[in-house]
Amino acid sequence: MAREIMYRDALREAIDEEMERDSTVFIIGEGIAERGGSYKVTEGLLSKYGPKRVRDTPIAEAGMIGVGVGAAIAGARPIVEILYIDFAMLGMDMIVNQAAKFRLMTGGDGRVPFVMRTQGGTGGGVAAQHSQSLEALFYHIPGLKVVMPSTPADAKGLLKYALRQPDPVMFLEHKHLYMTKGLVPDGEHVIEFGKGDIKRPGKDVTLIAWSNMIPRTLEAAERLAAEGIDAEVIDPRTLVPLDKDMILGSVAKTNRAVIVQEAVRRGGVASDIASIIQEEAFYQLDAPIEIVAGLNIPIPFNLELEKASVPQVDDIVLAVRRTLHSKPLAQAAE
Amino acid sequence: MAAQAQKANAPSRELLEKLFRTAYKIRVFESEGIKLYRQGLIRGYFHPYLGQEGIATGVCAALQEGDFIASTHRGHGHCIAWGADVKRMVAELLQKETGYCRGYGGSMHIADIRAGNLGANGIVGAGTPLGVGAALANQIKGNDAVTVTFSTDGASNNGTFLESLNLAAIWNLSYVLVVENNQYAVSTRIEESTRDVDLYKRGLAIGVESHQVDGNDSLAVYHLMQDAVEKCRRGEGPILIEAKTYRHMGHHVNDPGKYMPADTLAYYKERDPVDRARNALVEIVGLDQAEIEAIENEIKQEFEDAVEFSKASREITLAEFNEFVEAY
Repeated sequence: MAREIMYRDALREAIDEEMERDSTVFIIGEGIAERGGSYKVTEGLLSKYGPKRVRDTPIAEAGMIGVGVGAAIAGARPIVEILYIDFAMLGMDMIVNQAAKFRLMTGGDGRVPFVMRTQGGTGGGVAAQHSQSLEALFYHIPGLKVVMPSTPADAKGLLKYALRQPDPVMFLEHKHLYMTKGLVPDGEHVIEFGKGDIKRPGKDVTLIAWSNMIPRTLEAAERLAAEGIDAEVIDPRTLVPLDKDMILGSVAKTNRAVIVQEAVRRGGVASDIASIIQEEAFYQLDAPIEIVAGLNIPIPFNLELEKASVPQVDDIVLAVRRTLHSKPLAQAAE
Repeated sequence: MAAQAQKANAPSRELLEKLFRTAYKIRVFESEGIKLYRQGLIRGYFHPYLGQEGIATGVCAALQEGDFIASTHRGHGHCIAWGADVKRMVAELLQKETGYCRGYGGSMHIADIRAGNLGANGIVGAGTPLGVGAALANQIKGNDAVTVTFSTDGASNNGTFLESLNLAAIWNLSYVLVVENNQYAVSTRIEESTRDVDLYKRGLAIGVESHQVDGNDSLAVYHLMQDAVEKCRRGEGPILIEAKTYRHMGHHVNDPGKYMPADTLAYYKERDPVDRARNALVEIVGLDQAEIEAIENEIKQEFEDAVEFSKASREITLAEFNEFVEAY
């Protein structure tokens, strides 16, 4: 059986269940204890687990991320909540130079089961320093796992798995998703990393998206269905490790691919996925791969400009039409 | 009575011999290691701890199994004082599979996490939050372990120095921040890096019990550290200890250190930590020259054996590396 709950409640269930299961799981962050967090993810955890395992921190991101990494190295299972992904930039040394490299630098002996939970993306006028989608920065660094759940069920299952596996995890939530609802299975619900999910099966074109671009891409798929276009929507759920098999299997079936990301176009994960598809499935493509991405610009405050800066449903629909109306490569060559 | 009381308070032969053995072992490791570097057997960076031996020696003598340390980029001395196997240390510097990190880490990354050594670090200042994190993990696990970060004057101007110590303070962690003040950040004098060169005051400013000690006096460092460790185990941490010292040479083996004034260098060499540990053994315990030489020869032999062991060891294979790449 399943219950319909909000994304933020699913996250709380995951933390709660894992804290119950493993006494070394603890959580630190700004305003997460008594206040329960800006998005109410940690509400109630202080009264259940006490101030030893649920702690507020000063505003000191480099320090708190570093302390989380150190605690993980020493055998605990920290969750460090960073209010905005933009603020994680203050702790990049600890993520990039310490957490990601420790396993290699110790010849495999040292592991860093560190989970950084944070949220990104545009959220209706919070401007340039509170709206970024920065997954590509972490995707680029060997040694980090990058998780971007789009639904309550995925959020819960992936966070539970994050707290059981041995490597540093960048668990990237989206500020627009916290109050969205979805069905979450009852009982133990754990989702292994590297397993994508087909959010909508289809046969004409493969749409690959993650995080808040999933609801938008599903909406685009419904509009395309009205035009007779049957789109398959794939959510990799974890960008590292990436479920290449699922992506390539879908492209082999549809022969067309559109990748949608909220992050800026330049140097993005979409470009890397496009490169993987062209390298491994070039002869199965009937059209050039399309990327729908954010503009190469910081996010403006003005709401219309914010909307213009990141992909909207219309942008996805247009990209799919272009893909379908372009001639198959074999014909074009003739 | 007075003589008896003095004798009762005098440090034991066991302690003084331990301090000398550790300090001398570091001295041999660094001096002989530099020779291996010059011969091209060791590549990359090599930051010697020469002149600073008294600090790691005194600090680690006050710790016990189950405790944790985090080190600096000048980390060989901390590893040795912590009780690391010289064979595996030399093997790491020679990039061999038998090294602490199987040749993946090298001088700046020697760690032995199984023994509570979080490792040296190539990023100046990074050991501070990592050490505080280990102390936090131990508090959450509910054990009485003490964690020490060896930090430096160079690292003290990094933001995480304050952020981490402040977290340790608000959470009452069993944590000792040892600031090795060797008075240079690479080549920049401390007077150019900060207005007040007494770094222990940084701790006082945020309500942390803080002390200053002569880092070239391993016995004084030990006594101060023993007190700090006892307080931490009673839940009265964290504590900051600033240990003043001076390098015997430049920042790394290829830095001639011309910016270090000759008279200052001479001043500190007259107060050499290894000589002082040796003299204490002679003067307080009464060891004779032959006994001292026996200890020194034993330590030199241990290093030579470690070099032979390392030379005979194999390197990691590309096939093994590829397995790692797949898993990473």
